[in-house]
Amino acid sequence: MSRSAFWALSVAILRGFVRDRAAVFFAVVFPLMFLVLFGGLLGNQDQGKVDLVQVGAVPLVEDLPDDARAAFDDTFEVTTSNDLAAALEKVRKGDADVAIEQRGDRLVAHYTQTDQVGAAITQGTLRAFVDGANVAASGRPPTYVFDPRRVEDDSLTTIQFVTPGLLGWAVAMSAAFGAAATLQGWRQSKLLRRLQLAPVGTGTIVAARVAVTLVVALGQLAIFLGLGAAAFGLRLTGSWWMAVPLIVVGTLCFMAIGLLAGALAKTTEGAVNLANFLVLPMAFLSGSFFPLDGAPAWLRHLSEVLPLKHLNTGMLDVMVRGEGPGAAVVPLLILAGFAVVVTLLAARLFRWETT
Amino acid sequence: MAAIEARDLTKRYDELTAVDGVSLEIGDGEFVGVLGPNGAGKTTLLEMFEGLRRPDGGEVRVLGEPVWPRNPRLQPRIGVQLQASSFFERLTAREQIHTFARLYGVGTGPADGWLERVGLADKADTRVEDLSGGQAQRLSIACALVHDPELVFLDEPTAALDPQARRNLWDLLSSINDSGRTVVLTTHYMDEAEHLCDRVAVMDHGRILEVGTPAALVRGLDAPARITVAPGALSPERAAAIPGVTETRDDGDQTVLVTRDPAGVIAVLAAGERLDGLTVQTATLEDVFLALTGREYRA
Repeated sequence: MSRSAFWALSVAILRGFVRDRAAVFFAVVFPLMFLVLFGGLLGNQDQGKVDLVQVGAVPLVEDLPDDARAAFDDTFEVTTSNDLAAALEKVRKGDADVAIEQRGDRLVAHYTQTDQVGAAITQGTLRAFVDGANVAASGRPPTYVFDPRRVEDDSLTTIQFVTPGLLGWAVAMSAAFGAAATLQGWRQSKLLRRLQLAPVGTGTIVAARVAVTLVVALGQLAIFLGLGAAAFGLRLTGSWWMAVPLIVVGTLCFMAIGLLAGALAKTTEGAVNLANFLVLPMAFLSGSFFPLDGAPAWLRHLSEVLPLKHLNTGMLDVMVRGEGPGAAVVPLLILAGFAVVVTLLAARLFRWETT
Repeated sequence: MAAIEARDLTKRYDELTAVDGVSLEIGDGEFVGVLGPNGAGKTTLLEMFEGLRRPDGGEVRVLGEPVWPRNPRLQPRIGVQLQASSFFERLTAREQIHTFARLYGVGTGPADGWLERVGLADKADTRVEDLSGGQAQRLSIACALVHDPELVFLDEPTAALDPQARRNLWDLLSSINDSGRTVVLTTHYMDEAEHLCDRVAVMDHGRILEVGTPAALVRGLDAPARITVAPGALSPERAAAIPGVTETRDDGDQTVLVTRDPAGVIAVLAAGERLDGLTVQTATLEDVFLALTGREYRA
């Protein structure tokens, strides 16, 4: 393989990519838009505070000890009012979630049933405070203590879960489109024939195309991790670097899928559409956009035959779940197997010319 | 040594025999045109010469080497211009020709020289998508020549160009043959073949019908000349009386005399001072072509 020819081809392909605004948009900007969407907008999934209107004096709340009062303020955004009718009207209109008043020893909560989950949380929380006040009033120390603990690491916010999946989708998309569009475009323009007439082996052409796609994929990785860490508080776990071999093998696998699309389709548009048809549903079924934990069992079984699912799972394990490098081995083998089988299939179907 | 020696070359696609037993020898330094209507088999013949297609029968040697299977000794010695659009996307003219130069392992200096020579120095930073048809053709030819090949194939290099762009390209094409390079060109423009080629091969239905210099082919047709003069310069009766005139016609705005002895007839006209609006039309390569390939419409 001639190094000069390899570099010349790689530079030509990379320039062609960088100058193709649509390709750059779909490879980098488009997936980042989803990252911003999921990471930025859905990232803050803590329940907002419950809007509570305190009508008149409510000694039960006002006399809470300091730590209990702090917990109360964490849950409720308290405004005070002396007009019960006005407070009820606010609740009815949805401007407030609950209005409370104290009648003697009785804490009366006026709530709305429009948000059933919110209503249940509000009732449960207020009842807990009343129970706490009852215990305090009895003068005896509580027998039982409630100690809630989250299973996940503190750092497991939404961004941790969406970044690997979106990155997997981005890499799959640009590898498949790049391979499909190059194969068809070069065949249509007869550039493939022209290269056949130059002293350049098929191996050199393939190597240059693969090298450029890998550079683009690793660029996507760097941009995703950089932006995720800088803007959305992404924190990587120990063996995140195993994402690099996962992305390399995943890129090869999706290039093979793109080649297959390019070999099957008759036009460049057809090839790109076919690649899209293969990759986009796969992204949904592989948990790129939302986790599959809540999906029906048959769908989760189906996802096991999709290469993107294994790329996503592998990256999730090593990048954010804190698993060791070994967690990437099985996904790597599965992706490599897909790459080999699909490449062989594409090579069988490949024709130098469209006619 | 012959640049190309083809013997009995045959290529079949399913039912269709695209090239049917073609034998052709092209000498070193010759400029040869392959003429034929659409679908005559010109491109398939060239592709077998270039080593892109495997002949079903016969044999071809190019520059003394066999071309099939893909012969790595041959590629640096031949240059091929396939089509204006076979470029890398979104590269400028200079990046394009530099890429081809590196593929052939030659320096970028000669590449810039070629850009200059085909008149694209001021378009060097223009992307190929923004070049005009003529500019793209010239770039395509420059890319085919960047490694200084001994033998050049040009497949319809002036197709879809306006007359100005075609004439400009002719000058370039005849200059690349001046340095002793062998050039093989396909075209369906007869004037182009007449102007550029040392020899032409007329091809139809996969066979070569005639090979020869344009002048010899025209002579071989033995067609009469048509002399026209301005109306009223000569009455039809007097015209018919001139020795050697076999047929006369009065079109209203001109009088036409058909003869196989144009020199004698013109001498008579000159003696009578009846040369007003005189034109002489002899047979052209186009007449040869139509006589050989017929007039029926081709897709």
